[in-house]
Amino acid sequence: MIDVLYFAWVRERIGLPKEQVSTEAETVKDLVAELMAREERYAAAFADVSALRVAIDQELTDFDASLAGAREVAFFPPMTGG
Amino acid sequence: MLVRVQADLFDAGAELNAFAKGRTDVGAIVTFSGLVRDVPGGLQGMEIEHYPGMTTTAIEAIVNEALDRWALADVLVIHRYGILKASDPIMMVATASAHRADAFAAADFLMDYLKSRAPFWKKEATRDGATWVAAKDEDEAALGRWDQP
Repeated sequence: MIDVLYFAWVRERIGLPKEQVSTEAETVKDLVAELMAREERYAAAFADVSALRVAIDQELTDFDASLAGAREVAFFPPMTGG
Repeated sequence: MLVRVQADLFDAGAELNAFAKGRTDVGAIVTFSGLVRDVPGGLQGMEIEHYPGMTTTAIEAIVNEALDRWALADVLVIHRYGILKASDPIMMVATASAHRADAFAAADFLMDYLKSRAPFWKKEATRDGATWVAAKDEDEAALGRWDQP
């Protein structure tokens, strides 16, 4: 099981901040494909992954990254801090 | 290093004085304050969301990078989340050094990285509804200024 977190408009589009996902996905990209196949709201949120960022266990990474050993994956738009 | 992520209002002047107090090794402190700017038609509020598990460690990693690059005596970063209104302080950065050049450069670097690499997202509410603030291409491009050869 992996905790999957969503922030900002990704959270709003999917409709929840966090869920547990049972997955065999090897990479972030594979996980995204699984989520998109679930329901339209996921397909809409992940339609353009170039507009998204991903973190594994609170560290920024990319969509090709391996999920081996990952406990938490977070998806969000580019940050707008400062 | 002091990094604080908080909902509460802070007083940038008082924070600066506390940061500077009693330092005899510091000849220069540079501070930056980020404020909520009003928008045409009037801002009803700005909501700042963050990623609680990641925010502090992400900011500390950015500060550590600055500490590696410049001769700094100390760094302070405060960043708020929650609901803010126009003119409220959002965040501040202070860098302390023996001489001003390092303090200026480090503050500039910290702001570029905090803007695009610390997990905060801003949402502006107006009479017409609420919209997420989009990241600007130039903010991402600004990071390239700090690439090392």
